[in-house]
Amino acid sequence: MIDQGLHITNDGGRIAGRAALLAGCAALLAWIGMPDAVLAQEAATQAPTAYRDLPYVGSRNLVWIIAQLHLLLAGFVLGVPIFAWLCEVVGWKSGDKRYDKLAKEFTKLLTSSYATTALFGGILLFLLIGFYPKLMAYLTDIFFPSFLVYCGLFLVETATLYLYWYGWDAMSEGNGKKFHIFLGFLLNVFAFFIMIVPNSWATFQASPVVIAEGTDFERAWAATWNPTWWPVNIHRIIANVVLGGYICGAYAGIRYLSAKSAEERYHYDWMGYVGNFIGVFGLLPLPFAGYWLMREIYQYNQQMGITLMGGFLSWLFILQAMLIGVLFLGSNYYFWMGITHRIPGSEGQYRKPIMAMLIILLLCLAVWMTPHSLVASLEEAQKMGGTHHPLLGVFGVMSAKMTVSNLMVLVTFMSFIMYWRAGKEDTAGWAKVAKSVMGAVLVLAGLAVIVLGVWGYFVPAIIRINYFSTSQVAIVIFVMLTITPLTALLLKSAKTTTEMVWGRMPPRAGYSLVLNAVMVILLMTLMGYARSSSRVHWHVYGVMRDSSQYAFSPALGYAAALMALNTFLFCLLVAFIFWVATMGDKAKAAASAKAAPESGHIPAMAGGAPALDGPASDVIEGNRPV
Amino acid sequence: MGGVLIRPIILTVCIYLFLKFIVPILPHSAPLPSSLIFLYLMLVMSGSVLFATLSGESKDAFFQPILRFLTGESGGALSSARYLVLALFPLLVGWQTYGSTASSDAPPGENRTIHPAPPGEYTGLSNPVPKTPENIMYGKGLYASRCAPCHGNFDGKGFAASGFTPPPANFKDPTTIAMLQESYLFWRIKKGGVGLPVEGMPWKTAMPRWELEMSDEDIWKVIMGEYDGAGQKPRTWDESE
Repeated sequence: MIDQGLHITNDGGRIAGRAALLAGCAALLAWIGMPDAVLAQEAATQAPTAYRDLPYVGSRNLVWIIAQLHLLLAGFVLGVPIFAWLCEVVGWKSGDKRYDKLAKEFTKLLTSSYATTALFGGILLFLLIGFYPKLMAYLTDIFFPSFLVYCGLFLVETATLYLYWYGWDAMSEGNGKKFHIFLGFLLNVFAFFIMIVPNSWATFQASPVVIAEGTDFERAWAATWNPTWWPVNIHRIIANVVLGGYICGAYAGIRYLSAKSAEERYHYDWMGYVGNFIGVFGLLPLPFAGYWLMREIYQYNQQMGITLMGGFLSWLFILQAMLIGVLFLGSNYYFWMGITHRIPGSEGQYRKPIMAMLIILLLCLAVWMTPHSLVASLEEAQKMGGTHHPLLGVFGVMSAKMTVSNLMVLVTFMSFIMYWRAGKEDTAGWAKVAKSVMGAVLVLAGLAVIVLGVWGYFVPAIIRINYFSTSQVAIVIFVMLTITPLTALLLKSAKTTTEMVWGRMPPRAGYSLVLNAVMVILLMTLMGYARSSSRVHWHVYGVMRDSSQYAFSPALGYAAALMALNTFLFCLLVAFIFWVATMGDKAKAAASAKAAPESGHIPAMAGGAPALDGPASDVIEGNRPV
Repeated sequence: MGGVLIRPIILTVCIYLFLKFIVPILPHSAPLPSSLIFLYLMLVMSGSVLFATLSGESKDAFFQPILRFLTGESGGALSSARYLVLALFPLLVGWQTYGSTASSDAPPGENRTIHPAPPGEYTGLSNPVPKTPENIMYGKGLYASRCAPCHGNFDGKGFAASGFTPPPANFKDPTTIAMLQESYLFWRIKKGGVGLPVEGMPWKTAMPRWELEMSDEDIWKVIMGEYDGAGQKPRTWDESE
């Protein structure tokens, strides 16, 4: 019994021990599992995170800076291949090796910027996912198919760029060259699609098209083909060419200023001219593309259109007028200096036409910069009868702005034509007739643009927008299409009286190229902000409201400061990239300079170019290198 | 050579005098605010510098007299003037600084947005009232009784207009209602000055909130009467309208 009793006791103890062990395990599990349960409970009651912030800097500011830098880099990277490829084609067709060398130099800048662009794109994506998870989840839900397309495009673009750049020397002759040019073409095709795919995401936010039913692909396609997608695509592709051209011009300007040899000065003077020409070439249709974009925005949503053009963002368009004005003046100034410095003895001959063009540009700019509502003190406003001047207030509306922008385009085009014809004498028998026709076309076109502009005040807005403004643009295009071939035909038989001498531009020409590039960058930061801000407190206009602490439009001064910061950062970034990219060239140039030193050649930016401003006879003419 | 420098100075002064004293006396004109005069003068000066620096010779002719004066190479009476500039320049900077920082009872310059963006619910509205001669006449009648005291014969010169700053809008001016859609006018008439967003400075207008006294249909009729009376057409996206 005792044994039994012991046995029973022992059994009881074993059972109690096991029970205690089980209870302990259960308690341990409960203790370990408790936080999960609490978290699960919290997760069940708490909504997913919609926003995150960054202390002191602010999530919006950081995204603003990174997005702007990415966009500017992308603009450069997508714009440069267009004219690099065109230069290569010109070089191939004409057999002029200078163009091939130039195309290669442009592409070198492109390859060095490409990785940085992708890097900033990656940073931007991480920041967006981190700071705006709800918005990104929504956009991913709609655009997932196009995300995949975008990744694929990036892969083929990168592979093509590698082949294009690294295969340049290997594919320089015969069929190899043809294949290389085909690669350049492909590069541009992929680049175009790389641009328009993300454009659809950004334009969707401003003018969304949301369909509730359909497959993923159908929803993505409907959202992609939104009302402002193509206007932005066209506007951006032209703007990218302008940005690329002017940045290459600025690069050439700086290299020109730091050039120590006549050969370098020759090359970079010429490269600066090509960069400025490309910039101007793109600048001429840009106002028309911008006008079309604004028209589409206005038609899509009156509120958004007025916010931009008449509401609190309208002041940005006055700043835009100033920047574009400086750009037009800077580009023309560079052309005019080209005439007076590269073509010896031409200054006296062209002084009067240059003055006339300058006066027209300044008058147009004065009209473009005149706001509808003026900044006035109380006393001044009382004298005017409000902030709208009874006489000059008429300059504040689109009819006037369109007229002067067309006239400025015409003047700039004529600057180029004058530059083209400078130092040449017509020998064709029909030259007099051709010049009379060109003069008549120009004068009549100018008058027609002005008449349509004035008439535009007296017709319904829709007539002005649909017919008058488009007619003004058509007239300017007609002038270009008439005068360009006529001039080309005249110049075919023309006699060169004064040979154009490269490498003789004064230092201020190099600085004006840099100024033009800075103006374009500022313009893109300004109008990028305007386009983005027109959504006001919406992430996706009318669909997804911005409920973050940053759901307000910053004051214009604050925004302007950030735009200036972005411009500064981008310039720093580009300077660094170009410095790294050309390090090898400089080392080579320094080594060859040691082998054959050129006496007395100090870079222009170091004060070594007073002779460049002197009379033609003082200037050491550069040999034309190939 | 001095002419290269003197001519732009004379030009700038002449343009200043023209903008300051001639423009205000032109028919239907008024004095220009200093911000606009400053803008135009900056353009003139920029143009002068650009033109003067096109060639090395003209650049030297433009800047050399200034440099000679500043470095004291000119000699004679100009040397004394140089000391005068040396003394006056800091005073000028001081005066400017004082002017921009000293407390003043003058209100700051304003940049009121005359046509701010309308609220979303008013965009895309179209006039539901048929455009018949009767409705237009009825709208003009309402206009005569409610709007004309301030807006006058559609020209912003009603008998009460002189009592308001800013003055009532001039509908005959092609830069006012001709630039706007009918839905915009509907919002402005219905909600009045108090309905404006901040950038439109609702405290700066005495426009009544007409929704308290008129039905929506009457407001649409007033709009039709207004456009007809002023000889303007509303902004539309359809040419047939």
